[in-house]
Amino acid sequence: MAIINLKINGKAHSVDVEEDTPLLWVLRDHLGLVGTKYSCGIAQCGACTVHKNGEAIFSCVTPAASLTEDKITTIEGLSENGDHPVQKAWAEVDVAQCGYCQAGQIMNASAFLKKNASPSMEEIDEAMNRNICRCGTYHKIREAVAMAAKSK
Amino acid sequence: MATLTKTNRRDFLKIAGTTAGGLFIGFNWMSCDSPKMEVLSTEAILGQAKNFNAFLSISPTGDIVIYSPNPELGQNIKTSFPMVVAEELDADWSKVRVLQANLDTDKFERQLTGGSGAMPHSWERLRKAGATAKYLLVAAAAKQWEVPAEELTTSESIIYHKASGKKIGYGEVANDASLLTAPEEITLKDKKEFKIIGTPVKNVENGAIFKGEPLFGLDFYREGMLHAMIQRPPFGMKIKSINDTAARNVVGVKDVVTFENSVAVVGTSTWPLMKAKKLLKVEYEADGIVESSADHDLIFKDLMANGKAEIRREDGNVIDAFKNAAQVVTAEYQCPFLSHSPMEPMNFFAHVKDDSVELVGPTQTPERARSEAAAVSGIAAENITMEITRLGGGFGRRLRADFVAEAVHVSKIMKAPVKVTWSREDDLTGGAYRPAVRYKFEAALDADGNMTGYKLRGVGMNTGNSTREHNFPAGAVANLLIDNVNYESSITTNAWRAPITNFLAYAEQSFLDEVALAAQKDPVDFRLELMDKAKANPVGGDLQYDVDRMIGVTKMAAEKSNWGKNPNVKQGFSVYYSHRTYVAQVADIEMENGTPSLKKIHVITDCGMVVNPTGADHQVRGGVVDGMGHAMYGNLTFEGGLPTQTNFDKYRLIRMKEVPAVDTYYVDSGFDPTGLGEPCLPPTGGAIANAIFSATERRLRSQPFIDQKEFQDINLGIKRA
Repeated sequence: MAIINLKINGKAHSVDVEEDTPLLWVLRDHLGLVGTKYSCGIAQCGACTVHKNGEAIFSCVTPAASLTEDKITTIEGLSENGDHPVQKAWAEVDVAQCGYCQAGQIMNASAFLKKNASPSMEEIDEAMNRNICRCGTYHKIREAVAMAAKSK
Repeated sequence: MATLTKTNRRDFLKIAGTTAGGLFIGFNWMSCDSPKMEVLSTEAILGQAKNFNAFLSISPTGDIVIYSPNPELGQNIKTSFPMVVAEELDADWSKVRVLQANLDTDKFERQLTGGSGAMPHSWERLRKAGATAKYLLVAAAAKQWEVPAEELTTSESIIYHKASGKKIGYGEVANDASLLTAPEEITLKDKKEFKIIGTPVKNVENGAIFKGEPLFGLDFYREGMLHAMIQRPPFGMKIKSINDTAARNVVGVKDVVTFENSVAVVGTSTWPLMKAKKLLKVEYEADGIVESSADHDLIFKDLMANGKAEIRREDGNVIDAFKNAAQVVTAEYQCPFLSHSPMEPMNFFAHVKDDSVELVGPTQTPERARSEAAAVSGIAAENITMEITRLGGGFGRRLRADFVAEAVHVSKIMKAPVKVTWSREDDLTGGAYRPAVRYKFEAALDADGNMTGYKLRGVGMNTGNSTREHNFPAGAVANLLIDNVNYESSITTNAWRAPITNFLAYAEQSFLDEVALAAQKDPVDFRLELMDKAKANPVGGDLQYDVDRMIGVTKMAAEKSNWGKNPNVKQGFSVYYSHRTYVAQVADIEMENGTPSLKKIHVITDCGMVVNPTGADHQVRGGVVDGMGHAMYGNLTFEGGLPTQTNFDKYRLIRMKEVPAVDTYYVDSGFDPTGLGEPCLPPTGGAIANAIFSATERRLRSQPFIDQKEFQDINLGIKRA
């Protein structure tokens, strides 16, 4: 076991876990930040997406111990009141079906729009292709990303 | 015209004041028969009352709470049910709150999600509940103002008296309303007056979902709770020996325990258990038939040729029809096993105490889950509580309760609260799959291209019957034989979104295309001719589908898709009736640089009245994407009783870039609403396969398409691995 110091959503956290523990399980099991989801565990579906210094990463395969120097943002910290432009667009378009993958979708979309403020539809498809939605809300995700880009 | 509907006779409402004040109505949204209406105390309603299964309460502040009994897995019932109540109530939708009810078999009689059946079953009951509440509120206001109730109008939770200019909010008369006697008959709104139904209403849990609040079973944590992950045997095998030394040495592992044929690693958090499970050395030995996909192929071939078939439907004389045929068309269609793979893996929380059990988690069938928990724990069902969380998808997988039983086993052994979490690998290897199936179709055509004979043999696994023998084209063909051979596999199978029809529709609609081609007829015209025959002179008695509605979606599909009019667009048609809903689809393929590209799928749905257009579009598009994704990629194969594909790297699900445009249209047929969770999935594979044939003259008779040799050089905008 090792003490790992992390900066998550602007707050300092200290956890005592095995060094190989992925950030995902530190968030969920140790810090009570359960908005970040487990689904595949092998960086295939994107449900676990969080930001590392603003970049989208798969928290299921990233050891927490490798992130001690980084600023981590989870869905809980994306905005104060759920009013980030991407969250607002998601609500406006009414994107969710079951909703399980949507935190990861939102985290991926928000990191993507930071890098590319006015993407083409093809660029949106390319960026969002790393997140799976088993309910098939892809049309609405596409619409919401485009709406969020416009609203910025 | 407004509808007058009786609420008397053993009907469905109970009315009372609540202890906090206000009007409280318990109503039944599933059952047809309920006790007489009577005024009861809240305690009586909440405590002992039976035969009603949902609640509507209006507080003195005007807040309206509707308890939703059915598990929510993305079908949006938690939004659409209350919309129906609120419509007849003339409620201010912004003041309506929806809460998930816990399992309560005293109050709720059919608390499950499956079969796209809830809306058709509950539509009128929900409306009556809202209308009755409004009637009582209006009566209370009329009494207070001493004016006839007929002079009052309602809108957005306010009652108006035009003549005097008076108005009053629902909350202010809720107490008085609770003292009145409910009417024996109630007038429901004319559908033209609807203000909420038919308008796009957003998912009531949107805010919580997009902020990442804990809603799902996997998000449930409790102080002192243990975690468990479980090693399950390959299908058809049992444990021979266990070596858990290495697993026990992982820091964070508290114990390794065995029950039935399973080994559970137990600890204080999830990650150590994922590691420990990989270090378990469990040897297995055969305990039945250990199957592989290669065996299945031989089994299907043998049973198709020699199996003892059970006749499902027989009209006329197929032997003569085929003997006298000018032309016979024959084809076999097959599909592999599929996993449900909801994004949230199976999980459940259980706390077995001395004389009670607490259960929390995602299930489509809370009552079944509780009875399995009772069997494992030995504690009576009435001492078991069940809190239903939101479900991160279900697709039929959460109709089973194996994962609930596991949590109860481990909690009982550990004498502690336990949450069992399945890994994705567990989900794919410990599934209860859509079974593989094979169909053989034969059609007899006369010299004019009329289908005079039709035969279908299904060879299914563990399904009892792999056909839907009374569906179209039954009723349209004079000589018809549909039979089934069943094989009992040791691999666990279960209902998978749109059971049976999820593949049967593709096979049948592809085959009908083959027959139309052989008859040298346009595929849409060919089907319409058959439908006309079924309508004019149904073979074998009354049709078990509404042929007019089927004709309706077919004609509208041809119109909206500009069927056959644009030579640059290669199209495929399919039409299917399932789960009380009629759906026609046309897939459009355009040639790009000499290769076909799937551009659009037109979907025409007749689900009666559309309650929530946003929710409906979700289900239609979601169904199409699901149908396309699994037809294109879905493939679970077995080797030695274990699936070969164990995670999403090998088990491919459809992704953003692979999804074409989906245009949705709804037929305004005037019928009451039917469900949409399933019926848009079945026709999709057929529409795409028929469009591929139209573009390439290659017929895809097996799924997944991506593995077929005919498909290898076809580009539908698909990224190949």
